[in-house]
Amino acid sequence: MSDVMRSAVSEAEKPAQTEVEPIIRVRGLTKTYRVGDVDVHALRGVDLDVMPGEFVAIVGASGSGKSTLFHILGGLTPPSEGTVVIAGKDLAHMNNRERTELRKGTVGFVFQKYNLLPTLTAEDNIRIVEYIGGRSTTFSPEFQDVLKLLGIADRMKHKPRALSGGQQQRVAIARAVVNHPAILLADEPTGNLDSQNSAAVLGLLRDLNRRVGQTILMITHDPDAASYAGRSVHIRDGRIV
Amino acid sequence: MLNKLILANLSHRPVRTLLSVLAIAVEVTMILTLVGVSHGTLDSTAARARGVGADIVIRPPNSSVMSSLNSAPISDKYVAWLASQPHVTVATGTAVQSLTFPDSITGIDFPTFNQMNGGFTYLHGGDPQTDNDIAVDEYYADQKHLHVGDPLKLVNHTWRVSGIYEGGKLARITVKLSALQAIMPGGEGHVTVIYGKLDDPKLTPQVVASVKKQLGNFPVYSMEELASMYSISNIGMLKVFIDVVIGVAVIVGFIVVFMAMYTAVLERTREIGIIKAVGGGPGLVLQILLRETLLLAILGTVVGILMTFGTKWIMRHTVPASLVQETVYIWWIYAGLIAIVGALLGAVVPGYKAVHQDVTEALSYE
Repeated sequence: MSDVMRSAVSEAEKPAQTEVEPIIRVRGLTKTYRVGDVDVHALRGVDLDVMPGEFVAIVGASGSGKSTLFHILGGLTPPSEGTVVIAGKDLAHMNNRERTELRKGTVGFVFQKYNLLPTLTAEDNIRIVEYIGGRSTTFSPEFQDVLKLLGIADRMKHKPRALSGGQQQRVAIARAVVNHPAILLADEPTGNLDSQNSAAVLGLLRDLNRRVGQTILMITHDPDAASYAGRSVHIRDGRIV
Repeated sequence: MLNKLILANLSHRPVRTLLSVLAIAVEVTMILTLVGVSHGTLDSTAARARGVGADIVIRPPNSSVMSSLNSAPISDKYVAWLASQPHVTVATGTAVQSLTFPDSITGIDFPTFNQMNGGFTYLHGGDPQTDNDIAVDEYYADQKHLHVGDPLKLVNHTWRVSGIYEGGKLARITVKLSALQAIMPGGEGHVTVIYGKLDDPKLTPQVVASVKKQLGNFPVYSMEELASMYSISNIGMLKVFIDVVIGVAVIVGFIVVFMAMYTAVLERTREIGIIKAVGGGPGLVLQILLRETLLLAILGTVVGILMTFGTKWIMRHTVPASLVQETVYIWWIYAGLIAIVGALLGAVVPGYKAVHQDVTEALSYE
């Protein structure tokens, strides 16, 4: 195992130590959308701690508020009230530019629909995120190992349309971790995959967590998918239950 | 890396890219062709005037350089008078009758004209010998497919082509002065322009001043002065026309790029959302669109310049006597800048839309 992986794994072991701060700390989080004349309360006072190196599944039915939580934790949308601290940075007081900076280096995303840029090859989909993150666009040996772990090292020159759903999601995972984010956020990562590919992708996320120590927060409605996580948190009607 | 993305975006929609490039190219060709024809026509007119070999020119009272010469208001006695002035070795008068723009027929007193400059260099035939003869330059002959001996109907008169000469001297269509004077209303004993050649060209300013003083209201120019006045800046209407065409070209470029980039932004809503989700800020999104626009404008400019050679070839082979198109290199830069400005203006609104797109909405866009 490479030095980076060993270092990451040792980071993953830290949750056992009581003095370690949560990498995600959410207190009293609310999010209210205005739809026409009606206020829709998507989140109603969420409290959540995620420790570094954890693999946590947020499980909830459609409309439970889990996607809203994902968007707020990822800095895609601002919270209405409450405290959201990600890797020591309080999202509640961030402006657009600061949230953009957070997305650039602190969080990585895996979406249900993969969201790869269709005009670029798999490799360039990853490189452009490195470029945006201000990093060298040459893959490090450690990242080459990650590509091998994901089983896509030989698919890098293909465009998304030439890849299967499972392969696209693996590229999306590689893209999400290329800038070594503190947290990997995955929103229904197996929602568009068949059961075989779902199991493979979930297994890869678990491997990334276990072998690289990547902190992962996964949103899912599927209890089977949640079973791959180290811990499941259930959300209903905008509240953690 | 960004350039790779931009190239990938452009090649992803080849038809739209091609149409955008072509539209910008047409804009550039429009500008360059108009400017080229304006310069070409004026420069060839100036060159033909210089080709007369005269040092001083007397034009009708109240005429400007570009006013249409369509009458013979100067008594031909002034030709003899000019010839008698100190340092004037030879003087000749010409009558000019306008035809369909930009053509005109010029009556020449061939003995004095030939004395002044050696006469036309004939490719076929020779000077008109009778009042029914007409000589034309090679460009007019090409355009009208004329040969020596062919009939040519102009100003309600059927002429016979007596000669075809090399272009670049005075006029494209010439007849004997007496023949044209007989046709023109009030033309008997009158001419339109008088040319004089001096024994020493260095004395031109002195002779021009002396002739001006004696003739009063006749515009008298040195030939260099007259030739230099054949420029766009001296012709107000032409300058306005060029400005209008440039304005139209900018609007065309603006609309084309606006449409192209607006649809591109709409079509790439999700992709813009992805770029933003992975940390791309508004500046980066705008940069991608503007660089793409810039590339379209540069490609359009290059294609437009190449197309200009096409219009030049077409004019040279279809209307060589009517329109002369020059390649005005400095205008390659101006036309490029005009295309870029129009294109960038067209990208502003789509760019604004892209920059202000909500990330979560963009990511859920189908």
